[in-house]
Amino acid sequence: MDTIKTMLVDGMEFPINGERNLLEVVRKGGIEIPTFCYHSELSIYGACRLCIVEVEGRGIMASCSTLPEAGLKVHTSTAEIRKMRKMAVELLLAGHEHNCTTCYKNTVCRLQTLSKNFGIEKVRFRQVRKDLPVDVSSPSIARNPNKCILCGDCVRMCSEVQGIGAIDFAHRGHKTSVMPAFGKDLAQVECVNCGQCARVCPTGALTPRSEVSDVWRDVHDPQKKVVVQIAPAVRVALGEEFGLAPGSLSTGKMVSAIKMMGFDGVYDTCFAADLTVVEEAEEFLRKVRDGAVLPQFTSCCPAWIKFAEQYYPELFKNLSTCRSPQQMFGSVAKEVLVKRNKTARKDLVVVSVMPCTAKKFEAKRSEFSQANNPDVDHVLTTQELAQMIRERGICFDQLKSQEFDRPFGETTGAGVIFGNSGGVTEAVLRYVSEKVTGQPLLNVEFREVRGEEGLREVSLNLNGKTFHLAVVHGLANAKRVCDQVKAGNSRYHLIEVMACPGGCVGGAGQPVSVSGETRRKRARGLYDADKMMKAHKAQENPEIVKLYSEHLGEIGGEKAHHLLHTHYQSRRRFTSKGLPLVKGGDSERVSVEVCVGTGCHIRGSESILHGLVKYVAEENLKDLVGIKGTFCFEKCGKGPNVRIGNKIYSSCNLQSVKEALEQTLGTLLPAENIK
Amino acid sequence: MPKAIMFRKFQKVGEILESYDYDPCHLIAILQKVQDDYRYLPEEVLLYIAEMLKIPPARIYGVATFYSHFTLQPKGKYLIRLCDGTACHVKRSTGILEKLREKLGLSEAKITTDDMIFTVETVSCLGACGLAPVLVVNQDIHGAMTPEKAAALVDTLIAEEEKNARAA
Repeated sequence: MDTIKTMLVDGMEFPINGERNLLEVVRKGGIEIPTFCYHSELSIYGACRLCIVEVEGRGIMASCSTLPEAGLKVHTSTAEIRKMRKMAVELLLAGHEHNCTTCYKNTVCRLQTLSKNFGIEKVRFRQVRKDLPVDVSSPSIARNPNKCILCGDCVRMCSEVQGIGAIDFAHRGHKTSVMPAFGKDLAQVECVNCGQCARVCPTGALTPRSEVSDVWRDVHDPQKKVVVQIAPAVRVALGEEFGLAPGSLSTGKMVSAIKMMGFDGVYDTCFAADLTVVEEAEEFLRKVRDGAVLPQFTSCCPAWIKFAEQYYPELFKNLSTCRSPQQMFGSVAKEVLVKRNKTARKDLVVVSVMPCTAKKFEAKRSEFSQANNPDVDHVLTTQELAQMIRERGICFDQLKSQEFDRPFGETTGAGVIFGNSGGVTEAVLRYVSEKVTGQPLLNVEFREVRGEEGLREVSLNLNGKTFHLAVVHGLANAKRVCDQVKAGNSRYHLIEVMACPGGCVGGAGQPVSVSGETRRKRARGLYDADKMMKAHKAQENPEIVKLYSEHLGEIGGEKAHHLLHTHYQSRRRFTSKGLPLVKGGDSERVSVEVCVGTGCHIRGSESILHGLVKYVAEENLKDLVGIKGTFCFEKCGKGPNVRIGNKIYSSCNLQSVKEALEQTLGTLLPAENIK
Repeated sequence: MPKAIMFRKFQKVGEILESYDYDPCHLIAILQKVQDDYRYLPEEVLLYIAEMLKIPPARIYGVATFYSHFTLQPKGKYLIRLCDGTACHVKRSTGILEKLREKLGLSEAKITTDDMIFTVETVSCLGACGLAPVLVVNQDIHGAMTPEKAAALVDTLIAEEEKNARAA
């Protein structure tokens, strides 16, 4: 008979059930131990020293990095431990710029909370002022190193969960700081704007950027008509800001609040998600029919898209060309509403409310604007919407529910579940299975694609054909799948990728939460919301049908392509100056830059570089020509790439580069100057 | 730096990476070898190493800034490293540092002379505490230093440089 292993915590018997450390055993037993650097989804770091406990016979140790053992006698709150924890927090406060009242994280900061919990009224140590510049280069995330307490949560999130590593510790001792490589700005490096670093940051060192004041300005401008679209994941999380349980559905109150604030139309991004389902499913069916390149990757997540553009340009042909729901909404709204209201495009302002920080970056992409007027003007996070509701003086809990405006407020459950990891796949399946079988789908729930695993595989048999699907969240998992596809040993037909753990419900724009349970409740909230809808399939949305017949024409047709699809481009990961290899001197006339990035390197750019240096020396062109090794002209699919003067030459070989160089020199110089 | 040398060095980076099998475990050894060649770690070379080893540039930057042996700035022909570890510190290394900086017009912020001949920096222990206070010029160790001896040493080096310049 198995006996349950136990240990004694503060005199009480606590069971051990395979927990990975003492800390989890103690927390499960109902005793809270303070931590900064411990996250169940990240590796154990043991840096903050707040989780110290006393183990009899061993002394004081960090509970996060101690294995649970039967029979241990643990004390979690002795006088000595409390004194040490208090001192640790005081020391952190001494190195932290604590201007709490004007901090983005005010009231949700863990340093503030623990300081209050420990009754710290005075910091006994001299305040260290760092006065480092705040990095606001990214449209998504602000980085204030003066508030960093070096817990490393952001570093581990970026490298372990997202597989990127855009920020890391640099320097040493009291100069240690978390920063992008070479102290560059976030916008200059490989950050994909997912904001998960900001989600786990216990202080205000990493926060989402706010666009609230821009939105107020437009709302108060009588010239402008301001409409709002709200993403699915917002409705199950906004309530948390007003005391409701995570996962509570507050769609109706949310719509009322936004109408009270003076917006001219409140629409649902789920409508655009339905539109995405139709376009993306048809694209998928067409590829299956034509025997085109598969798998097809989903394209709703802007962090994933930037990731793919930076690391996997060779997979562009696998990426769905569908714009994300946010951008489909923007382009359709500006097309339809501008016509209907007979206003100028610049006077219609589209504001999105998103659970996401990467959406802020996406809205600013140049593909998504016409004549410098973006399809989506401003992107607010769930947190920012909550702040505006409070600023406006709305008593959220007392609001009566209202409905979304028509036509873009008409939605089905297919669009609603987009907020969960697996939701896009399920919504597409509800469309695809009807098309493939020719039969009405009666049970719309595909429970097998739901769940929490970072990589889920499902095989489905539709009309005798088996479809292999993968649902991925966390970009480190995406990397694994992409490498398989690249190597040609992937059997999937469709792959859904969401950057954030759990999908959009776990986005960095959502109310601050580091708990997996909160995310699970939000996910359940969305599946429940789907159940309450009249329709569950995108193809049954009457307004979508109408939109095609009145404005878009055919699914996947020319107009649809223009408004609903996009293209991708290789994107360099890093802004850099180039590595000078041959300096032309004062009389340099032509600069030649050869890309030595991965894509060009494997296609032989280095031998071009070597040959070119030799050629320039032999032909005695050294004073005229400067040669640099450089990284990425964002044309990785067509490497090797070489820039001569201002012109980029793709698919080069040494001969073609020599000829292009001669030609360039010929147009620049009188013939006698070239030997 | 003359043109041809720059290119040879870049080729050398490739050879170094290859000799370590592009294995990121050997990052520190790779950086040491590269620094031997360039005498510092240029940003672009580190980016190239990051690409080839498939590790994020931020990780390499973290390693390169953690160890005082590595430098991301070009340094002078004579790298004077003064020990400021406990033993040297109590034997008044601070006075030597002040003298060196005063003589060469350097400071905590400006560590290399404009003509790229001298760099003065402190290190946290050279492991030669018996010789305290100690300083190292490139590979040569000078023990039991005083501000005066340090100044005389710099004068010798300057004289040598001038002689070389005249000869050239």
